[in-house]
Amino acid sequence: MVGELTWQKRLVGLWLPLSGFLVVALFPFTWMAATSLKTNAELYDPKASPLSIHHPSLVHYIDLLKETNFLVWIGNTMLVAAIATGISLLLGAMLAYPLARMRFRGGALLAVAVAVTYLIPQTLLFVPMADLIGKMHLGNTLTAVMLTYPTLLVPFIAWLLMGYFKTVPKELEEQAMIDGASRWRAMTRIILPLCLPGFLSAGIFAFTLSQNEFLYALLFLTKSSVRTVPIGVVGELIRGDAFYWGQLMAGALLGSIPVALIYSFFVKYYVAGLTAGAVKG
Amino acid sequence: MSKILEAGRAGALEAAPARRPFRLAAFFDRESTFSWLMLTPPLLFLLAFLGYPFIYGVYLSFFQKEVARAPVFVGFGNFVKLYNDPIFWQAVRNTIIFTGVATIFKASGGLGMALVMNQSFKMKAFTRAALLLPFIVPTVLSTVAWQWILDPGMGLFNRLLMVTHLAERGPSWLGTPTMAMISIIMVNTWRGLPFFGISILAGLQTIPVDLHESATIDGAGTWGRFRYVTLPALMPVILIVTVFSIVITFFDFQLVYVLTGGGPANSTHLMATYAYSLSMGAGQMGLGSAVALSMVPVLGLLLVALTFFVRKD
Repeated sequence: MVGELTWQKRLVGLWLPLSGFLVVALFPFTWMAATSLKTNAELYDPKASPLSIHHPSLVHYIDLLKETNFLVWIGNTMLVAAIATGISLLLGAMLAYPLARMRFRGGALLAVAVAVTYLIPQTLLFVPMADLIGKMHLGNTLTAVMLTYPTLLVPFIAWLLMGYFKTVPKELEEQAMIDGASRWRAMTRIILPLCLPGFLSAGIFAFTLSQNEFLYALLFLTKSSVRTVPIGVVGELIRGDAFYWGQLMAGALLGSIPVALIYSFFVKYYVAGLTAGAVKG
Repeated sequence: MSKILEAGRAGALEAAPARRPFRLAAFFDRESTFSWLMLTPPLLFLLAFLGYPFIYGVYLSFFQKEVARAPVFVGFGNFVKLYNDPIFWQAVRNTIIFTGVATIFKASGGLGMALVMNQSFKMKAFTRAALLLPFIVPTVLSTVAWQWILDPGMGLFNRLLMVTHLAERGPSWLGTPTMAMISIIMVNTWRGLPFFGISILAGLQTIPVDLHESATIDGAGTWGRFRYVTLPALMPVILIVTVFSIVITFFDFQLVYVLTGGGPANSTHLMATYAYSLSMGAGQMGLGSAVALSMVPVLGLLLVALTFFVRKD
């Protein structure tokens, strides 16, 4: 009797709502996959059941890879995300380390100023930014977005890393310096290695944010060969008012897979980064 | 050895008599010197690529600037124009509704998700990773999928409505102003809910078990424990995540740009998409910058409203 009651409790309190959340989270991906694997005849047959596939076909994937620069876009996206993340980690760490661990005039004010940059609308920046990119002759180059993405990432990374840097006791650094190490050496050899999980969290977070960026890529990358996946899909797979849903869904799915794969390897660090601000703050 | 230690402490050099020679290594080890040397490169970068565009953007909002023409100073002319522009006010209203309603859905749904996930079951780590997927996948790609789900003729929702005979013809999800607003809020909620869920879950796991135990001993039921133990302990986490989410949702651009393009008939423009369409579509960059600049006080008001709401609670 008691066992039965717990079983029912588990069903109502756990399994039913949990499957509800899972279905809502995942059905768009199922729908992407189902659409991308159907032939057009089956796709636009109003009598066919929407989620089942009778004649699976890779025709949309083949067309996507043959007719568009999709693989180039994937390569561009990865390259841009990796370099923008690298630059941002370096600059973010340089910003966060003194703010978290050193005492100097204006430090507190600077920390607030970095946080306040979150409140600047990107739509206010894009016209001047386009001007700046034009003056530097970087239009339609990947360098344009590699340089502009860090403006969105550095403040965020700095805040995340500050949390990690603060957790390392100051005595560790003082001890190293008593033993003859310079401040620089104490930082690079002792403090930073201890904060490796923080770098991984910030890095994977920045990487997914870079893959997601849209506005600057939309403005600065207008040539097909330099586009990233989001811009390529919106700019070239939607042709006028005609939607090629099979190909679009193939592109959306293929474009999501690299991010999802990388994320799945680092999910622990991603979640740590996601929740660091909320739980510690 | 002790010399280095003394020199390392910021005030030691000044305090010591002049006989101590100036040493470069010690100078670099000073906290202030070291700090500013580290800070200079990132600050220069942010000044060039964030500070300069920001100041130039504010400057532009006081000018009439059209493509390939020199800017003409108009004072507050752009803001006066916006004051008399019904689409601008529509965009302000939409942005507030979009941000407010989506945040409420995400916060309450995320709390539910966290409470469900805060039980022990098999494959928990895997489930958590799967639930976070909507938040990971590039917004544009999932939004294109949603556009297809919401397609009036052949989209998943209307097909399911037809197959199950719940409706003869499904609604035009993106075709009428009200439905289109509901749709963009729905898609934003789908994407952002896991962020709340996973963050609140992390918060739940920091609540000590004995708090619950002592509440049970004091006679609190499930609801009582939730209301008087769990919820107050979670409030700081929920608040920070909410502020973060309000800022992100408020600035959202790509979702509306892809899903409705601000339509039908400008009814779903957010301030961000309206600023973009003025600057890039109509080529009125001064006016577009003025819309973007107006976002700052509106966001400020929303955050102040949140503080009042929390205080009252």
